[in-house]
Amino acid sequence: MALLNAWAHSLHFLPYFLRVLCVSAITTVVLTACAFWMAFVLGFVLALMRLSRHAAFRAIASVYLELFRNVPLLTQLFLLYFGLERIGLTLPAFVAATLGFGLNGAAMLSEVFRSSIVGIDRGQGEAALALGMTWPMALATVVLPQSMRIALPALANFGIGLLKDTSLASAVAVPELMFRAKMLVSETYQTNLIYLIVAAIYLLLSLVLSRVSAATEHGLGKRRAALS
Amino acid sequence: MGHRDMPAAPATGLRQLVRVDALHKSYGAHHVLKGIDLEVMPGQKVSLIGPSGSGKTTLLRCINYLETPSAGHVFIDGHAIGERRHGDGWTSMSSSELAAMRANIGMVFQRFNLFPHLSVLDNVLLGPRKVQKRTGRELIDEARALLDKVGMDAKRDAFPEQLSGGQQQRVAIARALAMKPRLMLFDEATSSLDPELVGEVLGVMRKLAEEGMTMIIVTHEMRFAESVSDKVVFMADGKIVEEGEPRRIFHDAQAERTRAFLRAVLDH
Repeated sequence: MALLNAWAHSLHFLPYFLRVLCVSAITTVVLTACAFWMAFVLGFVLALMRLSRHAAFRAIASVYLELFRNVPLLTQLFLLYFGLERIGLTLPAFVAATLGFGLNGAAMLSEVFRSSIVGIDRGQGEAALALGMTWPMALATVVLPQSMRIALPALANFGIGLLKDTSLASAVAVPELMFRAKMLVSETYQTNLIYLIVAAIYLLLSLVLSRVSAATEHGLGKRRAALS
Repeated sequence: MGHRDMPAAPATGLRQLVRVDALHKSYGAHHVLKGIDLEVMPGQKVSLIGPSGSGKTTLLRCINYLETPSAGHVFIDGHAIGERRHGDGWTSMSSSELAAMRANIGMVFQRFNLFPHLSVLDNVLLGPRKVQKRTGRELIDEARALLDKVGMDAKRDAFPEQLSGGQQQRVAIARALAMKPRLMLFDEATSSLDPELVGEVLGVMRKLAEEGMTMIIVTHEMRFAESVSDKVVFMADGKIVEEGEPRRIFHDAQAERTRAFLRAVLDH
């Protein structure tokens, strides 16, 4: 009976929780999107550097990769937010978090891109070169369209992982989902209800992401199958 | 293109379309080409024959600079490919200059190397569109005419994976021809085909030869080499052992190495 009463009492807060958490979920989504694109672009550049003929580019990219892959994300976030502040460079929390996730994600995605480019048969690039293309043109028109298809599932996984990892940004006071949830908990002590809502929102967002990626993959396959 | 690299025209008045000059290629300690000299005149069909590992394919790939020679030079219509004369020495040419030279040289690969993400028609259109920046109806008509020529226009909307090896190779020939090359290189174009599909590809190559295309053909199809070539070059161990008219090479070879090879491939 006491339990039921407690739940009834909790439900009274529900509209308020939903409102606050849904708004903060927007921050989570925007943070994920910004960090994803940064990781995508930088990761791609790093992958090209790792495949470069020039040893200096390869070395820089390898050092970057090892550095960001082997230091915990939370440590990187703290360095960017608190560390830089101590030397006079104060970044807004959202910017620090975007940088942190973006720089770290770039290391992950550079491996995804590199292996997907290497996975394309050498003969593809050679055929493009033999037609009179320069290497950048061959890469853009022949190699990348094929390697992106290979990379797509890994990109989707990365996106879903990133979405969940953004909860770490609560540690540097970005007003995202997890940060707001903690505040609501300390305000109302409705721990179970709040974190259940948070879990449901993350689950929903992740499912949407994986559906979108599955649809994209399916779409790429269907375009060809339709012609057989 | 500049005129600096142009050698004096030979006494005959016709200039070689391809001149290979003291070409060497090594992969580390492995010496694959050991001083190759070769001339191909405009309109000539030259077959390169010889045992596996003799360097035929490497030589062909040096001609369009897919392989970088370790020493020596290849001249296309008098212009060194991949390099520029710089004072007394040579420097690499820029990648766009190299690409512009390659656009005049068609290549057909053993493994076809069609672009799997593009339809047959788009495979043929890609070079003219991206390299020559051409667009429009006329280009599509031209591409379809080429596909028709190789008997593949009906499959223009198919994707490479839906085609047989022979069909893929015919599309690959059309793709190379779409650039209107002055020279065609064939790298064992029928070696990865099922035996019953070899004929359709050789048929297309024969038609091309009859039209006067300059062709360098690496092949194991001896009868084809004999009937279609103006010149047959026998290579072994990274050297040209002997070259000459097909009849002489196939029926009156001077070198024992050539005779032994021909016995082995013709008598099985």
